[in-house]
Amino acid sequence: MRRVLLAAVAVSGLSAAAQAQDDFLPAVVFDMGGKFDRSFNEGIYNGVEQFREETGIEYREFEVTNESQREQALRRMARDGADIVIAVGFAQAPALEVVAQEFPDTRFTIIDMVVDLPNVQSVVFQEHEGSFLVGVLAAMASQTGAVGFVGGMDIPLISKFACGYHQGAAYVNPDIGYFENMTGTTPAAWNDPAKGAELAQSQFDRGADVVYAAAGATGLGVLQAAADAGKLAIGVDSNQNYLHPGTVLTSMLKRVDVAAYNAFRSAMDGTWEPGVQVLGLAEDGVGWALDENNESLITDEMKAAVEEARQKIIAGEIEVHDYTVDNSCPL
Amino acid sequence: MATAEPVRAPAWVRVGLVPLVNLLLAFIVTGLVVLAVGENPFEVLRLLVRGAFGYPEAIGYTLYYTTNFIFTGLAVAVAIHAGLFNIGGEGQAYIGGLGVGLVCLYLDFLPFIVVLPLAIIAAALFGAAWAFIPALLQAKRGSHIVITTIMFNFIAAALMVFLLGKVLIKPGQMSPESRQFADHLFLPKIHEVLEPVGISIGRSPLNLSFIWALVCCVLVYLFIWRTRWGYEFRTVGQNERAAVYGGISPSRVTIWAMVISGALAGFMGINEIMGVNHRLLLNFTAGYGFVGIAVALMGRNHPVGIVLAALLFGALTQGVAEVPFDIPAIDREMQQVIQGLIILFAGALEYMVRPHVERAYVALFRPRRQPVAAE
Repeated sequence: MRRVLLAAVAVSGLSAAAQAQDDFLPAVVFDMGGKFDRSFNEGIYNGVEQFREETGIEYREFEVTNESQREQALRRMARDGADIVIAVGFAQAPALEVVAQEFPDTRFTIIDMVVDLPNVQSVVFQEHEGSFLVGVLAAMASQTGAVGFVGGMDIPLISKFACGYHQGAAYVNPDIGYFENMTGTTPAAWNDPAKGAELAQSQFDRGADVVYAAAGATGLGVLQAAADAGKLAIGVDSNQNYLHPGTVLTSMLKRVDVAAYNAFRSAMDGTWEPGVQVLGLAEDGVGWALDENNESLITDEMKAAVEEARQKIIAGEIEVHDYTVDNSCPL
Repeated sequence: MATAEPVRAPAWVRVGLVPLVNLLLAFIVTGLVVLAVGENPFEVLRLLVRGAFGYPEAIGYTLYYTTNFIFTGLAVAVAIHAGLFNIGGEGQAYIGGLGVGLVCLYLDFLPFIVVLPLAIIAAALFGAAWAFIPALLQAKRGSHIVITTIMFNFIAAALMVFLLGKVLIKPGQMSPESRQFADHLFLPKIHEVLEPVGISIGRSPLNLSFIWALVCCVLVYLFIWRTRWGYEFRTVGQNERAAVYGGISPSRVTIWAMVISGALAGFMGINEIMGVNHRLLLNFTAGYGFVGIAVALMGRNHPVGIVLAALLFGALTQGVAEVPFDIPAIDREMQQVIQGLIILFAGALEYMVRPHVERAYVALFRPRRQPVAAE
């Protein structure tokens, strides 16, 4: 009897190992912005594409278009035998809470939100820290002494970006002028480049000469407006410097691509672990982009200042207030 | 023969055949688009139908979407009977959901059986209140209802972003949502209700509000065609001057029609907030209010037609979403194209094919029935 059991264990162990190589099935559920938003969702897309290119393993994907599809898509992926499912965006948390309990053997990674379940890995970013750094750069690059911010919707996540940015700008110049506008009140606000351009233009007219966009695809309009007006803009999430070389001062990087890649990779290698991962400056989870498209805009002085600020934040000497802790900004 | 009044096709041609022809046209054009992106249209259609009706869970999702479309379709239809084009279903549903949410958040010490009627009343009151202001402006000041209701959609969205982002948000949370309602306030899902009886269907968001939607269909039918008020609505809708001559006040009808319309749209909040999401959140209306216009048009403003049209759009919403699991080329942009084409043909282009279909029918079948008149 024991021998039979042992043999069975050995066989199942072998087949499990073989399966890990052949049948590894990763899946990703994008959120409303869509995988080509050139920003948050596209960052995830880049990460999973990198995984596909390196390993040759195809992944399944879905882009949700309304609230109730999230649960439907997550369940569908889990039921079809996905080994790991990435849920993109905080809005998927309630759906994931339900589905992850239904499929306790499936591994889930959620980006931008914490879901406290034994089979869920939560990856959150310290966006306020990265935004602080681009705020420092914005204030130093500004010749008018005023900087602007264009957000998507007036929700806590976006205020977290805005508040960190404002703090960074005020750290350099306490008297800095600051304008903040939100694009809209419906999901269309994330995909309205024309309105983004108008808001940026109005901020330029009011005296700002650097505008930071945290508004999904709407930000593309902000970048365009800056290029048209000969002012500066700051991109977000993915590196957007290449979109308008010479007028994109920098981009606040949120390395969701790394998070997505690591989730797939670690699940395949068997090193995936549930729990919360907080990715800030220290972990290179957020940062600012410097490449050939914007190196002419960043002086050595700016580089030194932003590096100093980075070190101080990591060391805890500068404490960047997180808007979402108390839903308020000290400035 | 010149004196003969224009021959009319029987009702079933207008009510049944024309929408079917429209639908067929929509499918043909959609098929061409699918072909253009290099996919097999029949395979897509097969996956779409399977995704909508192929297994119990899919049917549950289809009927869950149908529930929303019935409410918003009825809302549009009631207003149209009084000659009003209510484009504000989206905002009225949004605010109706707010009413449901507030009841569930702040009266959760009460038992379910007490909260449910209160939530239904709140949905109706909040939705009605949101429609009342544009109605008042139309009735008393002549501000066009199309403009004001669509503007109120944006005001509703702004109000909800403010409330959920700053006031009702669960503290220390990233997502602009309220806390979850107490467990006992969840509107039972159909699969939960059927389980004790021994019937097992897949998990889906379909809940008891579907029954309420059907009840509302009956109520709307009785109201519009079997009561004096309904008669007044229809009179104003067809000829306002005749209505005034008959002693009916158009401004009073305008206000009541919009209030009832808003209340019906508000009921969508029961399904979404109390039935599915169990918390107040942003954008739960997801455009269902606008689809309600197409549903009402296609259903010819009759509850039976609305149920059928709502089922079609429900199946479409659910079925199309299932296609990309197997054919990734049918991405969300393609889904929007498909849905848009069907709304265009089935809803908006109603009058494009109707005269042709009717004429074709008359040409084909009438002469044989009236051989004497042919002399």
